Amino acid sequence: MNFISTHLLSTILFFPMLSAVVMMFLPKDENKLFRWFAFVASLVPFALTLVAWFQFKSSQPGFQFQETYVWYEAIGSSLHLGVDGLSLTMVLLTTFLTPLAILASFSISDRVKPYMMLFLFLETGMLGVFMALDLLIFFVFWEVGLVPMYFLINQWGSANKDYASLKFMIYTMGGSLGLLLAVQMLGVLFGTYDLVTLYERWNSLEPGAILLGMSVHTVKTIAFWAFVIAFAIKVPLWPFHTWLPDAHTEAPTAGSMLLAGVLLKLGAYGFLRLVLPLYPAEAKMFAGALALLATAAIVFGAFGSFGQTDFKRLVAYSSVNHMGFVVLGIAAAAYSIGTQDATIALNGAILQMFNHGLSAAGMFFLVGVIYERTHTRNLEEFGGLFPLVPVYGGILIFTSMASLGLPGLNGFVSEFLVVRGAFPVLTAYTAISMLGLLFTGAYILKGIKKVLHGPMNEHWAHGEHKLTEINFREIMVMVPLMALILWIGIYPAWILDVINKAVVMLF
Amino acid sequence: MNFPVLSVITFTPMVAALIILMLPAQRKNEARGVALAAATFALILSFWVYLTYDQAAAGYQFIEKYSWLPALGISLHFGVDGISAPLVLLTGVVMFTGVLISWGDDDKHVMAGIQDRPREFFAFLFLLAGGVFGVFVSLDLFMLFFFYEIAVFPMYLLIAIWGWIQTREYAAMKLTLYLFIGSVVSLVGVLAMYWLQYKNTGVLSFDMILMENAGFSQTFQNIWFLPVFLGFAVLGGIWPFHNWSPDGHVAAPTAVSMFHAGVLMKLGAFAALRVGIMLLPQGAHTWSWLIMLFAGIAVVYGAYIAFVQEDMKYMIGFSSVSHMGLVMLGMSTLNRNGIMGAGIQMFSHGVMTALFFAITGMIYDRSHTRQIPELGGMSKIMPFATIGFIIGGLVSMGMPFFSGFVAEFPIFMGVWEVQWLVAVIASISIVITAAYIMRNIRQVFFGAMPEKLEGHITDVTVLDKVAITTLCLFMIVIGLFPSFMVPLIETGVENVLRLLGGS
Repeated sequence: MNFISTHLLSTILFFPMLSAVVMMFLPKDENKLFRWFAFVASLVPFALTLVAWFQFKSSQPGFQFQETYVWYEAIGSSLHLGVDGLSLTMVLLTTFLTPLAILASFSISDRVKPYMMLFLFLETGMLGVFMALDLLIFFVFWEVGLVPMYFLINQWGSANKDYASLKFMIYTMGGSLGLLLAVQMLGVLFGTYDLVTLYERWNSLEPGAILLGMSVHTVKTIAFWAFVIAFAIKVPLWPFHTWLPDAHTEAPTAGSMLLAGVLLKLGAYGFLRLVLPLYPAEAKMFAGALALLATAAIVFGAFGSFGQTDFKRLVAYSSVNHMGFVVLGIAAAAYSIGTQDATIALNGAILQMFNHGLSAAGMFFLVGVIYERTHTRNLEEFGGLFPLVPVYGGILIFTSMASLGLPGLNGFVSEFLVVRGAFPVLTAYTAISMLGLLFTGAYILKGIKKVLHGPMNEHWAHGEHKLTEINFREIMVMVPLMALILWIGIYPAWILDVINKAVVMLF
Repeated sequence: MNFPVLSVITFTPMVAALIILMLPAQRKNEARGVALAAATFALILSFWVYLTYDQAAAGYQFIEKYSWLPALGISLHFGVDGISAPLVLLTGVVMFTGVLISWGDDDKHVMAGIQDRPREFFAFLFLLAGGVFGVFVSLDLFMLFFFYEIAVFPMYLLIAIWGWIQTREYAAMKLTLYLFIGSVVSLVGVLAMYWLQYKNTGVLSFDMILMENAGFSQTFQNIWFLPVFLGFAVLGGIWPFHNWSPDGHVAAPTAVSMFHAGVLMKLGAFAALRVGIMLLPQGAHTWSWLIMLFAGIAVVYGAYIAFVQEDMKYMIGFSSVSHMGLVMLGMSTLNRNGIMGAGIQMFSHGVMTALFFAITGMIYDRSHTRQIPELGGMSKIMPFATIGFIIGGLVSMGMPFFSGFVAEFPIFMGVWEVQWLVAVIASISIVITAAYIMRNIRQVFFGAMPEKLEGHITDVTVLDKVAITTLCLFMIVIGLFPSFMVPLIETGVENVLRLLGGS
């Protein structure tokens, strides 16, 4: 136990990967074994994260559970891990969603072993980004997460998977090219990649200094945009979002759950962990541009979603819409950094990241549940299914309402905080975004109506196509999600306390 | 320490080649057995050298010196430093895996490996391998040249006799002419150094350690750096002299392609560093901008051309041009990060490209086509090879946790220190590489298998699997634990930096 308590983060981080390696040596064709092995293996990091969550001292500034290992000494990079309230929240989200995604994948029967292994690799990739306190390690995990996701979409996706997976890969790699170059530049300038050191030295550069033959201001502006574009593609912000509907739609259900639930958060996390602390001045200068793109994402995301006839695409566009609020909050905070409005907006943005993780994962799973039974996602082919599948219908409405932002459920709390924080700062953009919120209601209700209400499509009522009710395993995926959705909606203080203290200390 | 390990490594393949030639022609399996035994022996010894090299002491180690032609100052002078030790190991690895995948089987209908005259094939291959070892361990300029030519010459026969029937004669001729012209140009430069040193000191010697400290004049270095560097760099596939290399790769039989791209191209880059940069450092300072320009073009252009290829071997061949461009790019920075990255990249690319050619060969032996659009669905029949190719692909794309990243990252950092614009432009190749590698993986290994291949494809053999595993292990271990190789290379880089002066 002593080992685990001193190596808590690295155990959480590498346990999934090591389990995947162990899995490689399990006997062939034991699908049931693979499923349960992967599920249990993903529960361990979750349990350890809970340990970390309760041991975490939220009022203590700085990073906790820090660990440092030698990695690439020659260029000044080490495996430096640590969490604060912001990253711990994201780690919790990741370790919470991964077991659910694996449980949701029990219906996969094609090549179960590599599938489960990729999921475990993916978990390590995502966790690494949240835990990294070394810029190079951050980048390393940022890139590594792409590979399992690419293969999950490419191998287990639906009809248009080749196009979608390549687009996902090239888009994200192209985006991270700027990040790569900017990271290299920082490394060359300072000879270290350690974030804690970089925060200090980068911000204490004299304004008149000359770096690489350019003024500090120019260098910082270029590096700022390199970071922003990489993260904006991941979030995704309008107009960099076009990879998302394809990737989400073609990915297998559990892949979409993690893609929307966690991978999009990597981008927003990058804004909070790197862009705001490293480029406060540039962020303030360009906050208006960010807010504009965020507003566009909110409004166009909502419109785009409303216009879809494919259920999964509808949910996919809703991610663009919801993640827009995260960036709006960040932009508002960047503009008014240090004020109370900024604190509120950041609280909202971070909570929105967590909340969207829950509700988007739930929505994608529910789309997957009905797709598995009907083999169609076309909204026009559903209709009036509520009497056939009342339990499913109830769960779908519940989750949709969370996504819509109904008071009492989690989405309301975070969106309210974002809007409250952003309104005094970026009034016009916030006001326009509120109109987008109206359309959020419209597309959610459209989804519910097309699936559950209206005249029943008799095709699903009888015979071999008769729609079956959601089963026990699937309910068990939804129960933890719904419980958290409700809990945060009614009593958000338990998580907001951690987030708020982190925000106050960070910014 | 008295055991002459470097000369044993160098002459093991040559002795084995002689033994193999003395076996009767029909005893194919004995020839293969001797080859495997010799390759394993050389691999173990080179691994031993790699592990026991004293990093704290640095410098040249395992030194042996035997007088050979004292009148002209030529001696058999061997030794390794931090840069050549990994390359010796690389040669051992490629030789070992090359023998495994060329094993062949006379009973099966699958035309895998080498069936036709394996005796002569292995003999020539080993002559080549001995030459390669010799170049990496030579501390005598004449000997370096001697082994260099020994390494290049068997290539002609190997390609012309066992190569792809459609282009082998053309490719073999082109390759040999290119490389000989390159080496003749360098030879002139080497002789110039030899005479100048004689004039200055009155000592006739090809000893490179002496020449490192000869202090050639600035003008002399400016004049001779380019011919020497570029003459060797032809073998490293530098743009615009890369033209021979993809043709050569395509025409060569599998094991020879592995050697060719995996090791021979490193020979060019290594000799360019050892003779060009280390002996003429002032010249290197003068001309580094030109080398950087050529290398930068090679990186991006190679990736673009690879992207449009339909023949798998051409694709890998051009990707080698692109990756070797990175090696040259690293060297052209003349700083610590760049040269260190170049050293790692030489090893990483060697292992990776050997793996690529090995797997491509396995596929070609079974499907008799290398056209990417005509292939498909290989993962169902040969899952092991698929995973191997994917790992190689990730290395090629510079994915973190694989050796390619560990190599490319410092190279780019080094370039940043010199000229950021080149770093920005060269980094485009990463995305292009990702695109063609992913497209290739998807088309060849996944998707539907074309009807005409159904039933003709069999899984790879056990020996193939051993080869794939060996190569993959190196790429993963270096990626996860850079300290396996980086500190060693750093010791070698220190010496280069000392010669370059400053930093």
